[in-house]
Amino acid sequence: MARQSPDRIFTSMTLPLSFVFFVLLGLSVYFYYHAKSGIVRKAALFSDRTKALPSHYGQQSFLWAFIPSFLILLVLTIGGPNYIDQIFYNKIQELNPTFNESFVSLILAKVINVSNGKISTGEENIIMLAKDYKIAFEQLHFYRGLVVILCAALLGMIISYRQKPGSNAREQVEKFIVNIFFASAVIAIFTTVAIILSLFFEALRFFNLYNFFDFIFGLHWAPNVAIRTDQVAAEGSFGMIPVLLGTLLISFIAMCVAIPIGLLSAIYLAEFATPKIRDFVKPTLEILAGIPTVVYGYFAALTAAPFFREIGFSLGLDVSSESAIAAGAVMGIMIIPFISSLSDDVIRAVPQSLRDGSMGLGATKAETIYIVILPAAIPGLVGAVLLAVSRAIGETMIVVMAAGLSANLTVNPLESVTTVTVQIVSLLTGDTEFDDIKTLSAFGLGLALFFFTLLLNIFALSISRRLAERYD
Amino acid sequence: MIRKSIQSRRARETRLKIYGISSICFALIMLATLLISIGLNGYSALQQAYFKLDISVNTEKFVDDSGAPDNNKMNLFNWDGLVQSALREFFPEVKERDEKKELFAIISANAGYDLKEFVKKKALGSGSHTFSVWLHLSDDADQYLKGRLSIDIPEEDRRINNKQIAWVNSLVERDIAKLKFNKTFFTSADSREPESAGILGSVIGSALTLFVTIMFALPLAVMAAIYLEYFAKPGKITDFIEVNVNNLAAVPSIVFGLLGLSVFLSTFGLPRSAPLVGGLVLGLMTLPTIIIASRASIRSIPPSIREAALGLGASKMQAALHHVLPLATPGILTGTIIGMAQALGETAPLLMIGMVAFIIDIPTTFTSSATAMPVQIYMWSDSAERAFYERSSLAILFLVAFLISMNLLAVVLRKKFEKKW
Repeated sequence: MARQSPDRIFTSMTLPLSFVFFVLLGLSVYFYYHAKSGIVRKAALFSDRTKALPSHYGQQSFLWAFIPSFLILLVLTIGGPNYIDQIFYNKIQELNPTFNESFVSLILAKVINVSNGKISTGEENIIMLAKDYKIAFEQLHFYRGLVVILCAALLGMIISYRQKPGSNAREQVEKFIVNIFFASAVIAIFTTVAIILSLFFEALRFFNLYNFFDFIFGLHWAPNVAIRTDQVAAEGSFGMIPVLLGTLLISFIAMCVAIPIGLLSAIYLAEFATPKIRDFVKPTLEILAGIPTVVYGYFAALTAAPFFREIGFSLGLDVSSESAIAAGAVMGIMIIPFISSLSDDVIRAVPQSLRDGSMGLGATKAETIYIVILPAAIPGLVGAVLLAVSRAIGETMIVVMAAGLSANLTVNPLESVTTVTVQIVSLLTGDTEFDDIKTLSAFGLGLALFFFTLLLNIFALSISRRLAERYD
Repeated sequence: MIRKSIQSRRARETRLKIYGISSICFALIMLATLLISIGLNGYSALQQAYFKLDISVNTEKFVDDSGAPDNNKMNLFNWDGLVQSALREFFPEVKERDEKKELFAIISANAGYDLKEFVKKKALGSGSHTFSVWLHLSDDADQYLKGRLSIDIPEEDRRINNKQIAWVNSLVERDIAKLKFNKTFFTSADSREPESAGILGSVIGSALTLFVTIMFALPLAVMAAIYLEYFAKPGKITDFIEVNVNNLAAVPSIVFGLLGLSVFLSTFGLPRSAPLVGGLVLGLMTLPTIIIASRASIRSIPPSIREAALGLGASKMQAALHHVLPLATPGILTGTIIGMAQALGETAPLLMIGMVAFIIDIPTTFTSSATAMPVQIYMWSDSAERAFYERSSLAILFLVAFLISMNLLAVVLRKKFEKKW
């Protein structure tokens, strides 16, 4: 292997990220003041007035020097190490063409760890590669710093040179800022696209290994847990119907608790409660909504599950210690404030004139609620319930802690069932390799979960919007 | 007849009211049950069983020539032996190997290590020293002293046997062992031994993560909100952005974890278990919440303010940044606090990006391995030892107290700055 002789003068200067960043910042601030005073001098020279405030020219210089250089810094910091890893991966593979992919990755990991000083080894090849690796990183850091600082300096000088008292710096700065604002708004789109693409491509790799229809319609879910990699185990089966059924069962139980209680609370709060009671109950329910789900999970696993088990025992029923009913009931309690606050808003959005008309005709308050208000609010209430269902389906921690792992095809709430989110967590938190079929199947489940909740959300939001439009 | 029908109509109204009141009561009772049951589980973790040992040690064995303690020699020194021989002085009758093993099981497995740290901190000069030190009893002895291990069940099913109970009791009688304030819980990170486990590591992990979240999400969200309110031209792109923001707010949090796993970890190659990645994932998750709150806050500022600014010759950008934004700040802050509270309590996405590892060190940088408070709670509730349950409950109490105060702060801010224009 031919070792490249690194330029020692360069690599002996390390330029850490924070140093480069602060130099960049300092340089940009310098250009701010440089441009600000420069434009006044130029204006005096031409005995002209500047078209914008001097500080606008400063801002322009700052932005032009800072933003592009910062983006370059970001790209090099994230992309650089990956690029080096790829080079060394190829190098190792060239040296040992017989090794398979995972073994090459293993050697690469060893090289990285040796170069960091995390482990020490006697193998000469690896030590040599590790040295090269370290040098490559030093070079990367050096050139990163050089490029970023030069770029900032160059851009700052160009913009300062080009600024004329007649150019409207304010307009240009504002255009620039609007573009930055637009970019931040577009991040929402990027996030959605990134979610869909990442789930989709990983799921696609899963469906290359496992039949798509077997996944969608399969009645058996058993991702076998191979303890050793060389263990000969039966092919795992990944039929998602039992997992889906478990999810729906637990969500259904949760809804049985949350819908009546949430709706009745909302009706009472919106129509009957005095302002004093409202001012006390609403924040308290918000506390219930603010409790982290892991706390509900703890409550479900350590308090609710034994409680249901004992009740079942005294009734002569055999209740599993990871019963669907415990997880579902606690999830229902979690969702009560969600439904009640959404429905409260919906009910209060019904115009007062409808109430007055009904009461004026002699109806009691209860009749007004049953006959006038609820029918008027029904689309919004359905929207609220659908959002709650989507939340129950996507809820993770309660079921991870209180529901089971084995996928039973049952609708008996006393038995243990598993859910989509439980499976995703259990498949991805072990020490599995990324290309493993089990890991990939989690992305298949994730894709299903995402689309299911997405459909519910879109439907719910469109229903609610229609209601809002009706009474505008 | 009419009177009867009126009666039944009134009764119907009363029934509806009762349903409403009872469902609110149910929700409130559940909240109370939740908090009380966790409080009852957790309060005892504020105390921990300690025992006092008189140790005499000659520092010659672990100082170098200049008299300063040598780390290497200190690590090699048999601290466990020192603790064990000091403990045996209380029970001279214990001779047999098995019995000794049982005796040493009533003190923490980390006792030797704790003693070493104690001596290190004390920086003893050379020569022999005698001092007394409080060390942890084992978690089983601790649970027994707190009355949390029932001794009615048969001896072989118990984690602590009769002999050990007698030893612990005799230590207590001689005033050598007692329950003291559990300082370890607040000053150390996770450990395999419940008596040495604390929440400081996860608190700092959470703080680092939240710092990244707020630095990432707040500026982006405010900029996006201003754009959508004032600069977006009505059209397909703007509609599409709005639909995306609203949908992202309802995407299950675990999906953001999957996104982080496949984008930040496998594509960008960022380190696993790092607060940096956790903060970015939580930032993406809270972004829509803050955008929606900021937009509502900006919209609640009367248009006359902006129009007046525009009328006096301010540009659109100046009107937005110099006039509307300062007035909208309290509302934006309220939304941010609520979003941060949500991020602080979130667990599932952090599990996906590996912040669920067992980490003994207190994290110091944004890329060092760390865990977060809710994840720590999850890990402790999954452990087999009874003593971890009570620590988990106490950690929950702190987390919930902190979250409630965050939410109260948001409410107070909203009340204080709420203006009727």
